[in-house]
Amino acid sequence: MAPERSLEQLLPEKTLKTRVPQEHVERLVRPAPSRYRNEIAKYLVHRGPECKRCGKCGEVCAHEVHVHLPGYKYYGEPRHHLCIGPSCENTDRYCVAQCPNGALQVRENPMYSVLGDCRWSSDLILATWKMAETGDVPPAAYDYNYETGNSGGGFDKLRFKFPKEPPVKLDASEIDTTVLLNKRGDGRPKIKIDVPWYGGGMSFGSVSNVTQLSKARAAVAFNTFTCTGEGGYMERMRPYDDHVITQVATGLFGVREETIQRVPIVEFKYAQGAKPGLGGHLLGDKNTIAVSRMREAVLGISLFSPFPFHSVYSIEDHMKHIDWIKHVNRRALISTKVSTPTDVDMVAVGSYSAGTHIVHIDGGYGGTGAAPDIAKKNIAMPIEYAIGKVHQFLAAEGVRDKVTLIASGGIRSAYDVAKAIALGADGVVIGTSEMVALGCVRCSRCESGRGCPRGIATTDPELAAKMEIDWGTQRLINMYSAWRKVLVGILQRLGVPSVAELRGRTDLMMHLDYTNS
Amino acid sequence: MPEKYHIKTKPVPPRRPRIGKHGVVDWREDCARCHNCVKKACVYDRYRQEADYIRSMGEVEALFFDCMGCFSCVQDCTKGLLRLSINPEYERLGNRYWKPDIIKTTWLQAETAKIPVSGAGYRGPFSGHGFDAMWTDMSEIVRPTRDGIHGREYISTSVDIGRKLPFLTQNGNQLPPLVSLPMPLIIDLSSPAHTLPQVDPIVEHAAAATGIIALMDARYRPAKAEHLTNIAFYLSPDSPAVPDELLRKTRLVEIADGPAVAERIQALKRIHPEIVVAIRVELTNAGIGRAIELAGLPDVETIHVVADANGDELNASQPRFLKEMLRQIHTALIEKGGRDEITLMAGGGIALPEHMAKAIICGADLVTINLPLLIALECHLCASCKPGTTCPAKLENIDFSFGVGRMTNLIAAWHDQLIELMGAMGMREARRLRGDVGRAMFFEQLEEETFGKLYGTRTKP
Repeated sequence: MAPERSLEQLLPEKTLKTRVPQEHVERLVRPAPSRYRNEIAKYLVHRGPECKRCGKCGEVCAHEVHVHLPGYKYYGEPRHHLCIGPSCENTDRYCVAQCPNGALQVRENPMYSVLGDCRWSSDLILATWKMAETGDVPPAAYDYNYETGNSGGGFDKLRFKFPKEPPVKLDASEIDTTVLLNKRGDGRPKIKIDVPWYGGGMSFGSVSNVTQLSKARAAVAFNTFTCTGEGGYMERMRPYDDHVITQVATGLFGVREETIQRVPIVEFKYAQGAKPGLGGHLLGDKNTIAVSRMREAVLGISLFSPFPFHSVYSIEDHMKHIDWIKHVNRRALISTKVSTPTDVDMVAVGSYSAGTHIVHIDGGYGGTGAAPDIAKKNIAMPIEYAIGKVHQFLAAEGVRDKVTLIASGGIRSAYDVAKAIALGADGVVIGTSEMVALGCVRCSRCESGRGCPRGIATTDPELAAKMEIDWGTQRLINMYSAWRKVLVGILQRLGVPSVAELRGRTDLMMHLDYTNS
Repeated sequence: MPEKYHIKTKPVPPRRPRIGKHGVVDWREDCARCHNCVKKACVYDRYRQEADYIRSMGEVEALFFDCMGCFSCVQDCTKGLLRLSINPEYERLGNRYWKPDIIKTTWLQAETAKIPVSGAGYRGPFSGHGFDAMWTDMSEIVRPTRDGIHGREYISTSVDIGRKLPFLTQNGNQLPPLVSLPMPLIIDLSSPAHTLPQVDPIVEHAAAATGIIALMDARYRPAKAEHLTNIAFYLSPDSPAVPDELLRKTRLVEIADGPAVAERIQALKRIHPEIVVAIRVELTNAGIGRAIELAGLPDVETIHVVADANGDELNASQPRFLKEMLRQIHTALIEKGGRDEITLMAGGGIALPEHMAKAIICGADLVTINLPLLIALECHLCASCKPGTTCPAKLENIDFSFGVGRMTNLIAAWHDQLIELMGAMGMREARRLRGDVGRAMFFEQLEEETFGKLYGTRTKP
């Protein structure tokens, strides 16, 4: 195996000249509370007119729900989202029981059931928000189910079989969560990421530059990657070049030789899980001046990328594509993002033989900024089926350890990460969970008009201003930290010392709908 | 280049106030009049428009129904007074099969004629009943036979109804008549629970506008004689005879199944040799066997199998779904030989455009629908279309051009979505899609291949 070479040897001279100083981002957890005034809560605390302002509730509450600001006569609105609900009854710090005047009531928030859907349950959204706020696993008292959603299949029916006592006692610091992205041994850099996930491709156009930069900065902090998506490479992204993947998708929007040369990984997007067999969609409303300029397209028209690459109609054509990128950027690793047709295993092996380093399979239930509803639901298989299929086929072909298998399309939590890896992936790509960390409620309104009403997936300057880069970065760093903690916890309980050793360990899991015998 | 099939559409806004999924519940008692919700929180300007809504009384509900459910106002309200809830009226739409989201998306397509596009990933369950337990396939980089989004103009959705010859001979065959349809869709008779005579002329015009065929009761007389090519009369044993001169102008006719179908077909052919005769077979327990049996008769050209409105087997305690029944019929016909010689139309439970593609993959040549077109007219599927009851969609005084526009829009949207799916599958012809289960993945099979191998026997049906 050829030794790693320094950047000076690897980078073409002109790239070195245009290279900008790389920015460092601390991997520090700091509180990043919601940017909204009223956080959505699972329980509501109601203070009746019986309240005599005795202050007892403030004294007993262990979660700082009741606030009485100095200088104010009355108690403020209870901080509902901090309340752990009626289960507090079992403790001696239940305000409802302790209130001498019987002024307090706690009940489930009727709005709680409005939030979320089958895949992203309200618990999952609130737990992700909590993680993004605190950087830690939500306290058990809140009883959030952040392990599964309510989709009734796939990851939501798989469970780890945790032994009562782990077979090997492992300290959290001993657990290795890194993933090697170049397994080919072809002399290109052996890039390792610190966590077994990186950020999915979201173009400028589908999301705001604040969102893109927040993602990039979090990727720097965790020594992992983020992806440009199909909309070109923002100049403001350049201080994070070493943690960016340039995506080359079928529309080739904003792809230039220069943007390919900047980065350590280049990704071919052949298809996307949410709209497999169709090209990227950016509806006209979101094609603003800035977007059209970056994409070198006409302002205000809908930009539909073709499907497929019309220059690629065979694995040999694919190889030609890869050779082209490898030639333009001598240090780049190649990732091939495909969706999950019935013969995804053949595609993966074909792609490996064409010279790719990373096979990225994106399952049918993946996220998107805009996709036809009919495509989201009906085309291509969910990722849970595809991972094992590809993993086993690569192994049978004897190339499993020569290629990195990355799965995406419905990875919502650290548990999903662990399950995907146990099914056979080396790592995962996440997208929607990052958006949720930034405050997404999954209202599905990213595609048209001014875009995301929450200011995440929008290019409207006024809406994008709802979020600041520092806050966004911190939310993502916090979520990443919490996920890593959960993941390390899973590995500890299973007695598996590293993510690499978890790969393909289907024996550590069970499926609730099967006999498991 | 030959002329392409194209349906002319234009937006047809609803007559009734929209029924949205979300509604804002708003307790004004303690409002601080800060106008956060008006000026900042709601990017859709719903609060700003509120005054206008109130001014034009009767439209007040629109404020609630246009809510997109983004929670911004709820979370930004200075005093935390606003709440979001699911509209109970929305939840009451439809029934257990025709779920509220099906009704809502059908309304949207009937209004805009567009393919519904939204952001964020799929929100629904992992898999489900009937057609939800299968996925269509897509073409990927290693497969050469496909045509992408730019190749759509080359995708043909046309199908032929009638008997096809197994082979041609040199000494000049008498070719049996064929009816060519531009898309694999026929409008079925209205369901008994939703019989509305005033809708029939609308259906007739919508069929003519889209170039497809509508099945009509034998008593029906079209408003325009030239529409007879877009009408197929259904002749049940007790229906009156259709005058021969009318029958001669139609291309397709459907008869009820019965003991003397062969004679019936011959009699119809004597009146109009170029007519294609379809036999309607109800999918009861005996229906599947009967459909297979009919396919073996030399005079039979086309079989129309019909399940109930929810796609279920009729009169069965544990009904099978249309998908399974179709696959059984299709496979049996292949085994017997001669599947290519007859045409199989399937109806019942086709609620969404993907059902059209999926039913074809399962073995139908084309599908028939009725309820989606009724829903296009803003029907709630409350199934109380009787004189004396109040129709929530006010279908008793439906505007003619509104009805035709909405139905045409819906059919156009379905056609576009079929092309979308076929484009993704890499299929250029709807005819070739028939029975091509290789272009689909089935839940049971994927489960077995993935989890069955690892975790034993599946315990859940």
